[in-house]
Parts: sequence; C-alpha cells; structure tokens
Amino acid sequence: MTKDTQGPLWEVFVQKKSGQPFVHCGNLHAFDAEMALQNARDLYTRRGEGMSLWVVPSAAITASSPEDRGAFFEPSNDKIFRHPTFYQIPDGIGHM
Amino acid sequence: MANALFNYILRLADSTIILAQRDAEWTGHGPYLEEDLALTNIALDLFGRGKALLEYAAKLEAKGRTEDDLAFFRSERQYFNAIITELPKGDYAFTMLRHAIVDTFDLLLYSALMSSTDETLKGIASKTCKEIQYHQRHSFAWIKRFGLGTEESARRVSDALEQLWPFTDDLFDQAPAEVDLINAGIIPDRSSLKPAWQNHILNLFNEVHLKPNTEAFMQSGSIKGIHTEHLGHLLAEMQALPRMYPNATW
Amino acid sequence: METNEAQAVFESKLANNEYIEPKDWMPEDYRKHLIRQISQHAHSEVVGMLPEGNWISRAPSLRAKLVLLAKVQDEGGHGLYLYTAAETLGTSRDEMLDALLTGKAKYSSIFNYPTLTWADIGAIGWLVDGAAIMNQVMLQRTSYGPYSRAMIRICKEESFHQRQGYEIMTRMAFGSPEQKDMAQDALNRWWYPSLMMFGPPDTESPNSEKAIKWRIKRETNDQLRQRFVNQTVVQATYLGLKVPDDKLKWNPEKDGYDYSDPDWNEFKNVIKGHGICNRERINARQKAHDNGAWVRAAANAYSQKQNQQSEAA
Repeated sequence: MTKDTQGPLWEVFVQKKSGQPFVHCGNLHAFDAEMALQNARDLYTRRGEGMSLWVVPSAAITASSPEDRGAFFEPSNDKIFRHPTFYQIPDGIGHM
Repeated sequence: MANALFNYILRLADSTIILAQRDAEWTGHGPYLEEDLALTNIALDLFGRGKALLEYAAKLEAKGRTEDDLAFFRSERQYFNAIITELPKGDYAFTMLRHAIVDTFDLLLYSALMSSTDETLKGIASKTCKEIQYHQRHSFAWIKRFGLGTEESARRVSDALEQLWPFTDDLFDQAPAEVDLINAGIIPDRSSLKPAWQNHILNLFNEVHLKPNTEAFMQSGSIKGIHTEHLGHLLAEMQALPRMYPNATW
Repeated sequence: METNEAQAVFESKLANNEYIEPKDWMPEDYRKHLIRQISQHAHSEVVGMLPEGNWISRAPSLRAKLVLLAKVQDEGGHGLYLYTAAETLGTSRDEMLDALLTGKAKYSSIFNYPTLTWADIGAIGWLVDGAAIMNQVMLQRTSYGPYSRAMIRICKEESFHQRQGYEIMTRMAFGSPEQKDMAQDALNRWWYPSLMMFGPPDTESPNSEKAIKWRIKRETNDQLRQRFVNQTVVQATYLGLKVPDDKLKWNPEKDGYDYSDPDWNEFKNVIKGHGICNRERINARQKAHDNGAWVRAAANAYSQKQNQQSEAA
C-alpha cells in the first residue's frame, strides 16, 4: 500500500470579470486537474468572486528568489523614461 | 388540479431535502478537507432548492402554513421523497453513486420543467439545472475515480450499485393525479425520461466496468408515502426542535 | 548571504512593517513559532466544525440549516487556507494532520466543550467567533505574508459568522420563556471558555513576548481579552441576559470593565485533554481520516493511471 496522501498542492488563479487579469488567490490539494478545478470553484468562488479559474500544479511554478531581487528588479527603477510623466507636453493640444 | 400540483411540488421538495439531509451528514467528516467543502456546497444547493419549492407549495396550499411547517411538521407517511434519497449515507462510494443516479435523473426532470407552463416552477427549474449540471460533473468524476481507481474502490462502488439499483424504478413512478398536470404542460411524463436516464447512467457504468443487476426486484412506493424504516429516524432527528417547542420561532 | 546580513535584512523588514515571504531568510525559531501557531489555528478551525456540526441535522428551520451549513463550511475553508499557509514554511498537511491526531499539536480548547442546546449555536457565533475575530483582525497585519493574506480572506468571510450567532441569540432571548432560559444558560456556559480563548494572562504567556517582537502577534492576550469584555457586555445587556460574573463592573479609570478571571486550572485541564469532549473530537477526526483513506488512495491511483495513459499516448 502506498503512503497516505492528501494529493499534490495546486495554485489557484481567479478572474473576477471577463477582460480582467487572472489573480492568484490561494492553494489547495487535489489528486487530478478536474478535481483541482472543482475544488477551486467550491473553495475560492463561494461568494461570487470569479467568472473563470486556472489551476496549476504548484510544482510547475518557478519563482525568483529573494537573492535575485537586486539583479532582477532594481535596474528598472531608474528607467523613468518608460513612464509617461517623464515627458513634457505643451498646453493646448488636448489629451495625449 | 391545484391539489395535484401541491402534491407534486411536495414530492420534488421532499426528495431534495432528504437527500440534502443525508449529504450534510458528511459535513465535518468528509474523506479530506477539500471534498468536505465540495459536498457541503452541494447540500447547500439542495436545501436552497428544497426551501424554494416548499415556499411555493405553501403558497399554493394557501392555508397559512409556511415552508418550515411543511418541512418540520409532516411525518413519514406524509413525505413523498424518492426512497433512494432516504437510505443511510453509507460509505463515500454509496453517497457518490446515489448522487450520480439522482443527479442524472434530476437533470432530465428539471430540464423538462424548464418548459413548464407554470412560471414559478419554470423559474425554479432554470436555476436548479445549472446547479445539477455541476453536481453531476462532481459525482460522475468520483464514480470514474472509484471504478478505475483501486481494487477496493471498485469493489465498494460495485457493492453500492447492488444496494441502490433496486430503488431506481421508484424515481419514475407517477401518481394518477399527475396525468392532468402532464396534459396541461406543467410537468413532464416521467416515463419519457427513462430512456435518456438509462442511456446516460449505463454509459457511465460501462466506462468504469459497473454492471447493474437487471434481474433485481424493483422497489417502489414513495408516491404513496411508503418508505424504508430509515426515513422515520431521519425525520425524528431533523424535526426534534420545532416539534418539542411548537410555539417557538427560531 | 551571510547569516548576520540576512538577520539584519529580516529585522529591518520587521521594523519597516514589511512582510516576510516564504523564500526569504528567517530565523529558525520564527519559522517554528509560525508553524506551531498557524497549524494550531488551522486545527482549531477544522475541529471547530464538529461542535457546530452537531446541530446541522437538527437546525430548527430551513433558513437556519442553510446558514449553519454555510458557516461550518467556511470553518473548513479557513482551516484549509491556514494549512496551505503553513505548508509554505516547509511542513506538509500530512505531517500536520498526524500531529493533530496523535495529540502532538493542540487546538483551541473551546471546542472541547459540548453544544447542548440550539442556543449554544448562537453563543458560539456570538462569543466564540467574536473572540476569534478580535484575534484575526489583529493577525491580518501579522509579519508573515502568506499568514496575513489568509487572515485577510478569513476576516472577510467571517464577518457574517458573529452576526448570525447574535441573530440566533436575539431570537432566543426575545422568544418563549424556554428559549430565553436556553439563551441565558448558553451565555453562562460559554462566557468563561470564550475569555480563555485569548490564552493565559500576559504574566504567564511564555511565547507572547517573542511573538510581539516578530510582529506575529501585535497585541497581548490581556489587551485583546479586555476589549472583548468591553464590547460583549453591551451586547449581553441588549439581549437582557446576565454575564455570569458578579464582579463585573465598569471602571472609568481604565475606560473598561473589571471582570473575573476564568478558572485557569480548568483551562489547563482541558488543554491537557480532560475536557468533556476532547476524546470525542479527536476520535471524530481520526474516524473521518481513516474512512477517507481508501477514497484518497482511489483518487491517487486514478490520477496515476491517467498520467500513465497520457504519457503513453
């Protein structure tokens, strides 16, 4: 007999309304994808929180690590020219 | 005919509430946490449907009884739930197989009721159908896991089938007074649902190598308020408080 | 990173009210403390389904049945959010369940008291959930990210729990004489156990100081208990019920009520396993776990067969 188990862990993403991004909302255990989807529905959308669901095995997630924080994210801090407020626009030309 | 409709609605409501009562026995005791919540959701759907149906029955009767009076102050012989719904919850294979059988039946019945000439019934049916679709998806998935899972699960679901199958005909029984309702387009003829029901359920069984005993003697009686002895105990527990304090409001 | 440097990063995060995330470095005793606290909290939610579940089959109206079922289901959901939060710290649900069933892990002692009448369901919502919410509101700002996120979700969902409890109490307290008696009796039995829920007095709470330093807890047991008493007395008065404490008295100096301590001996006894329902509760969990073993095995076997099939295809 194999060791008792609660099944692998899954990540759940919910889309609140059509057109909006899928947002991570939590985890659950399930033995197969159909079960993960059903459990996600019963667990994370009991109060009408969503229109659509993604479930992903947690093992399939690759995450950046805290040590990467500097090398990964700080270089973008000084690229202020990526933001619209960096540019001056003359008055009187309407919305741009 | 108003009386026939009242009785018919009771019949729908009773099956729903009794099944919900059985499902809810699992709450806090499920095979693991996620599934505990899933079955509780189903029980909630069922109690909600039962409540809506009894509210309508109370309105049809127009004698000042409420949905709670109808649920808590009728005894075994005045309950018309399908016998299959009252059987003790058994193991999880039994609970899920009963659901697969009843869900498949209910989906056909309530789909047909969506074209009822009775507006209230039609409204309840259209909300209900979406719920049952989900219940069926849930129960069917479990029957597949059990049928094709382990030797033990296959044996358990096969045992459950042996116990449940003789109570499946009872779902299709029709009271003589229902003929008028059928003719008025208010309700479907139950016998017309049977081929589709058999088709769906036997397909599922086939897929997981389950074989019903087609020679089994079929039980019936729920339309006359005939039940197994289990219903009395279920009702005694369910109705204890309102009957002990009939003048209290909760 | 060197441990010293990592420790400094950890501490500066705490000082700046930032969150600690699963992959961040954390001191081993911070991790241990969290696993213990979060899993205890999760166990409490799951065991907490039982005393209320005791009345699902007997809820006296269809509405009451729907509400109670939804509430007990929420408790299960909250247990689940918390278990998964604890899992981010490197433990597994299997390990946590094992700790619960073998008695190594504790859960809130309140759930070892019996629910004897329907008014107890009201009292649990009103008092027990009321006390739990005080704790949980504070924990929304706890320093560990996954725990905080779980608590935010839980608090959002819990908001109806206390109200439904108080609604039951209202109906009972303003109902028939028998109902009113049940309501008073329920308050009598649940008052002190509810006060115990905040844990031992600050002077005897060994883990409190650290927990506050780490921002795992943000207020002390006694602070929360005092706030609970202040808030609850008004609600009892509205119901026309008497809080079972002759020493209860408004103290304008501290702007709160003076109240009697619960019997801490009883508290210790119940925690040790001598409450009237301790054995019952663990047995119920054990039985559900055992009866579910073949279900989990079947689901596991089925998914493996499916995987093999899709690999072969």
